[in-house]
Amino acid sequence: MNYVPNTDKDRQEMLTAIGMSSMDDLFAHIPDNVKLGRALNLPHGLSELELSRHVQNLSKKNSNLEEFSSFLGAGSYEHFIPSLVNHMLLRSEFYTAYTPYQPEISQGTLQAIYEFQSLICELTGMEVANASMYDVATALAESASLAGGQTRKNKIVVSSTVHPEYRQVMQTYAEAQGLEIIEVGYSGGVTDLAELAEKVSTDIAAVVIQQPNFFGCIEQVEKIGEIAKQNKALYVTAVDPVSLGVLRPPAAYGADIVVGDAQSFGNPISFGGPHVGFFATTKKLMRKMPGRIVGATVDDNGRRGFVLTLQAREQHIRREKATSNICSNQALAALAATITMVTLGKEGLKEMATQCINKAHYTYEQLTRIKGVTGKFNGPFFQEFVVESEKDIETVNKGLLKEKIFGGFPLEKYYPELKNSSLLCVTEVKTKQQLDDLVNAWEGLA
Amino acid sequence: MYPKELKYSKEHEWMKVDGGKAIMGITHYAQDALGDVVFVELPEEGTSFEANEGIGVIESVKAVSDVYTPVSGEIVAVNEELLDAPELINEDPYGKGWLVEIELSDAGQLDDLMNAEEYEQFLKEEE
Amino acid sequence: MTEPLIFELSKAGRRGTTLPPMDVPEMNLDEMLPPEEIREKPAQFPEVSEVDIVRHFTRLSQLNHGVDTGFYPLGSCTMKYNPKVNEDMARLPGFAHLHPYQQEETVQGALELMYESDKYLSEVTGMNRVTLQPAAGAHGELTGLMIVKKYHTDRGDHKRTKVIVPDSAHGTNPATAAVCGYDTVEVKSNQYGGVDIDALKSAVNDETAALMLTNPNTLGLFDENIEEIAKIVHDAGGLVYYDGANMNAIMGIARPGDMGFDVVHLNLHKTFATPHGGGGPGSGPVGVKDFLVPFLPKPLVELNKEEDKYFLDFDRPKSIGKIKGYYGNFGVVVKAYSYIKGVGGEGLKHASENAVLNANYLMRALSKDYYLPYDQTCMHEFIVTPKPYKDKGVHTLDIAKRLLDFGYHPPTIYFPLIVEEAMMFEPTETESKETLDDFIQCMSAIAKECAEDPEVVTTAPHNTPVGRLDEVTAARKPDLKWEPSN
Repeated sequence: MNYVPNTDKDRQEMLTAIGMSSMDDLFAHIPDNVKLGRALNLPHGLSELELSRHVQNLSKKNSNLEEFSSFLGAGSYEHFIPSLVNHMLLRSEFYTAYTPYQPEISQGTLQAIYEFQSLICELTGMEVANASMYDVATALAESASLAGGQTRKNKIVVSSTVHPEYRQVMQTYAEAQGLEIIEVGYSGGVTDLAELAEKVSTDIAAVVIQQPNFFGCIEQVEKIGEIAKQNKALYVTAVDPVSLGVLRPPAAYGADIVVGDAQSFGNPISFGGPHVGFFATTKKLMRKMPGRIVGATVDDNGRRGFVLTLQAREQHIRREKATSNICSNQALAALAATITMVTLGKEGLKEMATQCINKAHYTYEQLTRIKGVTGKFNGPFFQEFVVESEKDIETVNKGLLKEKIFGGFPLEKYYPELKNSSLLCVTEVKTKQQLDDLVNAWEGLA
Repeated sequence: MYPKELKYSKEHEWMKVDGGKAIMGITHYAQDALGDVVFVELPEEGTSFEANEGIGVIESVKAVSDVYTPVSGEIVAVNEELLDAPELINEDPYGKGWLVEIELSDAGQLDDLMNAEEYEQFLKEEE
Repeated sequence: MTEPLIFELSKAGRRGTTLPPMDVPEMNLDEMLPPEEIREKPAQFPEVSEVDIVRHFTRLSQLNHGVDTGFYPLGSCTMKYNPKVNEDMARLPGFAHLHPYQQEETVQGALELMYESDKYLSEVTGMNRVTLQPAAGAHGELTGLMIVKKYHTDRGDHKRTKVIVPDSAHGTNPATAAVCGYDTVEVKSNQYGGVDIDALKSAVNDETAALMLTNPNTLGLFDENIEEIAKIVHDAGGLVYYDGANMNAIMGIARPGDMGFDVVHLNLHKTFATPHGGGGPGSGPVGVKDFLVPFLPKPLVELNKEEDKYFLDFDRPKSIGKIKGYYGNFGVVVKAYSYIKGVGGEGLKHASENAVLNANYLMRALSKDYYLPYDQTCMHEFIVTPKPYKDKGVHTLDIAKRLLDFGYHPPTIYFPLIVEEAMMFEPTETESKETLDDFIQCMSAIAKECAEDPEVVTTAPHNTPVGRLDEVTAARKPDLKWEPSN
């Protein structure tokens, strides 16, 4: 494939115009012992037909979520994506544009981001939101950084019921920045409040929880918030955006920073990325918020327009004084989320969330009727739950795989005390038939 | 441009001394370089600083500038008007655009500052 | 011509889509959730029908300018054409609909693609292994510096607290250093735009963790002293980091690994033709030499040669850990993989050669009407300034805005900071001679306006959907979301 329009003839004319005779002349000033001096050891190019065949074959070596019935969640969720999303995303004025630094010809991108920010604020109840982050794990890491800078303290308390990968990312960032992460254990599937109260003191910059948590359980967010407030620590919650169709918004229980992943809206799981983190906070912390922010303003004729604003906080101006180095956001993924959120609309969001929680509960009831399968935690949950199996869970999952079912996520890898426990997720895309098939298949395992 | 009764620092702050206290702000040169000021972050009354410590931040559309205090002392007053009208720094840098008032802990430090003539000379050399 | 906000199009009772009816027994929410956790007031998402949603976003797209609309010579961004076949490949269900926690035997195709991408990118950069985990260039820089940090502390060397950055560097460089807990030391550029060797020599010492550099540099010039520069830093015990933003200048011609760099990051959304998306998602893979491989983020994709199976290797005790959830922006990597496979090794070299030719051709032509601060062969990008029109009151910003009237996206402006009133042009290889000639004519016409009728330039743009926007008020009184009362 060749995307270079110029022919040898064009090149000859251009070389002549600049006083050179061959392409090599362009690189004559590069020292010889730095030059590669050989062809790159890469395969030759292909025609589009060959390329397409090759890549499709590669994709067919994977078992995908359309062919298999999946009960995997753990931070990446299968939700309904309306067809129109992809059609809008393929409008090349959206996807072949760059960062809207020249607002006059980027009003499409800028207004869409303003709408995204508005929707996130509506969803979470917070006062301001940015134009998106790479994902929720990095958004959490950035919120820890913000909290450290804001409170001038260097300890962050994080519940062990926050997704293990998010905690790992926070740990990696914390090490580089001289922050200390202190973990709090869980009890009954939720943050252990007694241990939390013990570990949170006025030395703590922020208290970080996830709602619903990694196990799918509903945390005691009010009480946790009180502990944070009493110690003048910032209250950071990572939320599932779909759950906010039925769960109260974090602003209602005093969150200072709310992050999450809007992948659930309009973005296929895509083997873990690209997803789209969101970051929302209070007016008080607005100028400390990392990432791009779009604001509304007027032009010299009084017409409403949108611009990147509060840029003075960003890397290209602050340079070594910046508090975050983030440059790009996840614009196109945020656009997909925006389009999906407005397509679902007020009623659709509520309906989606209601279906998720009902289908998950139905599945839980049916599964825990199977001999040897018990619910691990007894508390309330949203769309995910943990079951414990008498049988080895890997064997169970192998058996389910034969029935073209992806069973839950075995937890032992991250929680060694939860041997043979598995985290299952049920969203609105699952039919009752699929749920019954799961139960029957599981029951039928010898 | 550079009022004669004020003292000036290399970081483009001015000070108006009155007994044991001084009011400070940024000079015409500094506000011009920054462009339209959009936000000012000021310290809290009662906080103490050492000379040359950063006490706040002035943000414009295209730049952010740290503000340093040329002298040690305690902040006894802060210009609250700037929170709603940061443009005062551009419009009236030596008057309504004042930043803070400091109670000096070491009046001797004032000798390290420049007078108006010296500051203008300093600016010419900077260019 | 403004488009209403989607909220302003909302009418109660309208819906964009419906879901199938509930097919399991439905319970009341308070049977499943503690009553205090139940949402009382639904989120006020707009209520709009599908046709109005589609019209809204279609009209928004029409207010944008993309590479597919026209020439987009944004320096340092490599706005090359985004091949459509790559979009289709990333959307194949066998890639788009994969869960990261599926059993490994069910994702062998995905793992193979990642493994091969690692190999291809290593070969292009002259490094030994590449991680695909970082989500963007700046993220890759952070990852790279974290690797540098761990390398030093692992050796017991805790003295190295400083990172050296040239004064021409992109803002993410010093910002990344700061975020990583380092102090930045700025080193001057010489009159040719390269690193001032003497300044570098006095800047390095046993506190130097690394030097961050790009070559060609942000002026579009290849620093011929690169081997000496790398040696100076290595001799002082520091490492050399390559900002791969300018990789499009040298693919198949030179490699950072051969110049002495220890760690590099790439921007797949620049060099490897994945779309910019209006500001993401991108991907910022990081490549390292052998001695740094143990510190790469985990997991890496490995091949079990006996069983001919790919697997995710989490057993990496010296790894810096994870810098993002899961494995990176896989959907973006698919596009880059497809690009590399499509053009082949020879195509990557062809791209760089033509990118450099286009830049030099454009530079020579523009230098007739504009000031050329560095009059030498450039690489894939170059800088000119409107210095000849300074006394007419014309600034770089004005010329940028005037270009909008002619349907062009402006060049990068006011960067790098070391050139006054910089305009940085990067045409890329996917532009034809005719496109460049038309652009040259346009810039020439603007130059004439600057000389004879500067007001039409200083009050530009005149033909865009909105005029110059009040950025000052936007920053003073931020309006960052729709308010129901609006």
